[in-house]
Amino acid sequence: MNIKKEWIAMLLAGGQGSRLYSLTRRLAKPAVPFGGKYRIIDFPLSNCVNSGIDTVGVLTQYQPLILNEYIGNGQPWDLDRINGGVFVLPPYQKSSGSDWYTGTANAIYQNIAFIERYDPEYVVILSGDHIYKMDYSKMLAYHKEKDADATIAVIKVPMEEASRFGIMNAYPDGKIYEFQEKPPEPKSDLASMGIYIFTWKKLKKYLEDDELDPISQKDFGKNIIPAMLDAGEKMFAYPFEGYWKDVGTIDSLWEANMDLLDPKVPLELYDPQWKIYARNPVMPPHYVSPSSSVQNSMITEGCFVEGLIDFSILFAGVTVEEGAVVRDSIVMPGTVIKKGAKVEYSIIAENCVIGENARIGARPEDIADKDTWGVTVLGESVEVAAGQVVPPKAMLESGPKEGKA
Amino acid sequence: MISEKTLGIIFSNMHDHMLSEITEPRTMGSVPLGGRYRLIDFVLSNMVNSGISDVGVITKSNYQSLIDHLGTGREWDLTRKRGGLSILPPFGHASAGIYRGRLEALSGVISFIHHSDAKYVLMADCDIVANIDFTEIYKTHIEKKADITIAYKRDTIGDDQTADSTVLRFDEHGMVNEVLIHPNNIQGEDNVYLNFCLISKELLEKEIHEGTSRNIYSFMKGVLQAKCNRLHIAGWEFKGYSKKVNSIRKYYRANMAMLDPEVRAELFPRERPIYTKVRDEVPAKYGLNAQAAGSMVADGAIIEGTLENSIVFRGAHIGKNAVVKNCIIMQDTVVSENVTLDHVITDKNVVIREGRTLVGYETYPLVISKNSIV
Repeated sequence: MNIKKEWIAMLLAGGQGSRLYSLTRRLAKPAVPFGGKYRIIDFPLSNCVNSGIDTVGVLTQYQPLILNEYIGNGQPWDLDRINGGVFVLPPYQKSSGSDWYTGTANAIYQNIAFIERYDPEYVVILSGDHIYKMDYSKMLAYHKEKDADATIAVIKVPMEEASRFGIMNAYPDGKIYEFQEKPPEPKSDLASMGIYIFTWKKLKKYLEDDELDPISQKDFGKNIIPAMLDAGEKMFAYPFEGYWKDVGTIDSLWEANMDLLDPKVPLELYDPQWKIYARNPVMPPHYVSPSSSVQNSMITEGCFVEGLIDFSILFAGVTVEEGAVVRDSIVMPGTVIKKGAKVEYSIIAENCVIGENARIGARPEDIADKDTWGVTVLGESVEVAAGQVVPPKAMLESGPKEGKA
Repeated sequence: MISEKTLGIIFSNMHDHMLSEITEPRTMGSVPLGGRYRLIDFVLSNMVNSGISDVGVITKSNYQSLIDHLGTGREWDLTRKRGGLSILPPFGHASAGIYRGRLEALSGVISFIHHSDAKYVLMADCDIVANIDFTEIYKTHIEKKADITIAYKRDTIGDDQTADSTVLRFDEHGMVNEVLIHPNNIQGEDNVYLNFCLISKELLEKEIHEGTSRNIYSFMKGVLQAKCNRLHIAGWEFKGYSKKVNSIRKYYRANMAMLDPEVRAELFPRERPIYTKVRDEVPAKYGLNAQAAGSMVADGAIIEGTLENSIVFRGAHIGKNAVVKNCIIMQDTVVSENVTLDHVITDKNVVIREGRTLVGYETYPLVISKNSIV
């Protein structure tokens, strides 16, 4: 038995992120590179550590290789602890058989034994697909103050978009009386952020009950939360103000990256009090040559820039040769953009090679038919031949099935 | 990789006086360089990349910044149960005083050396910027059945550097037969000692004990020079890129040389990375009217002005309309709006207030000391 913990976090990182298509072909969504030197999972992991949570279970299932390697012993997040730390928890074989995680609730259910080893009062349930900075300790204080059984973080969204979210309807004191999953006619604009704090004894009971229900989808939003509400448990909405973005689609991933370049967006990464930690590449500072021009961009160590960079994010070890232009784009680690190539409104995954004078994507203003426009995506290790044109909204993947998705 | 177990010993304070403006608050080993490194990173990474996983760092004075930088040695993969990084501050009776040379320093850590199970000891200073595979020294050592093997480079010595240079002469078998310390009148290229030296642990211990009993404190004078004809001292020539940092001018040049892509390729090959302390910085950010040309910029820097032929360290900020040319801007320096800097080295945490103009010269860069406000 370990020393008792007041709270621990469980981070759901098993999702495929199928709407990121070729970007998640070989890695789980939480492992998708973000913001020049991070991966998406760095945000919830750093939030945990900065909030004082020292024990985090990371539930993996889909393509866990890169994620496992990335998390390693947890040292970059200060989660290599003697008592606690970060643990990667894949599905496992039991004496009664073995099961994949069939839903978010089932994933936690299958790890009840892990949680019980720390005998926590509270369990924080997080997902690995959002970009935000949040002090969970304030949410816990709120949970305690309200003497809640469950606290769900909510954020105000524009009313016209509310039907895309899980909406929490709450009394002015924060007590939730109704939960609507993607309602056609939402009653409020408080969207669930997929961040929950449960009093563990309560949650355990509901997980066990839910597991026995043959028609349940074993999902927090669809089953556990409604069941607790029906039973009249004390559930509160914790209002969060600040930046929060689901990066589950190509467009939202692109936008969230671009938000980092926008001084008006309240997501400050330059914050010594709330650093986002990541596994650091061991590379020299980046170099910008006399022929380069760089504005409104973020560039990471190991980059070599001879071309023009504007409104773009270059990850570690990217090369942009002379005369190449990169605009409004995200270029992930190790990619090489050769002489004269032009990359616009694109997401280029790791280790791609863009041949000389190739054209990737286009600006919406340069396109006659706006409906055909969209962000261009190149999957990992794609090689684009010299002079090749990859149109807007196209999606290329390496390997035998190369071509448009 | 060196196939026999080898102990690394690094002298972090040697040559401090050569760079007094910058070493005033720190050791030679912790002198910042190249945007995110400290001098010791090169020799330490070279050791680790050559398979040495047991390293003692000998310190003398001002070593707070060094300890802060090295920590437990994690970034160099030296947080080991067997071996790993050991920081060795001065040790001895209060009256023993501070050591005067390498041999005396070694006698202070004799028990550390004695308890190591290594067969060889590789000793190094921190004044060379290079990416060296020490396996080659080891190979020469075995091939030539040497007692000691020392690394050198064919190089010219300027008039201003004789005070910190050692020149080697060889006999017809390629063994060292003369060691010239601080030589005068050296014309053209010569064999300049790089302050890397491989010796068997057994012999080193013997020399340390002998040094103690005979009051010889200098390894260079008392062993290499005095015994070069009695011991088999082999030379290993390093042919790659290296820069010796033994004056502000050379320090400036060693930094600026990194702006050359070929130099960077030699110093930072993918298979032998140079490790350093991680600061968890954000990527460098370029603002709306930023102009940067021919510069090296580390993570956490914010560039809003004009940058030319310069090196910008982690967390430094170049304000709007500022013009920074031929400069070394160290960690967390703030260059405010409308400032003009040319040939200036700003140490850590310097603040240059709005509208100031500071100009140095290539052979005499202006050094602004740590934490100053201009």
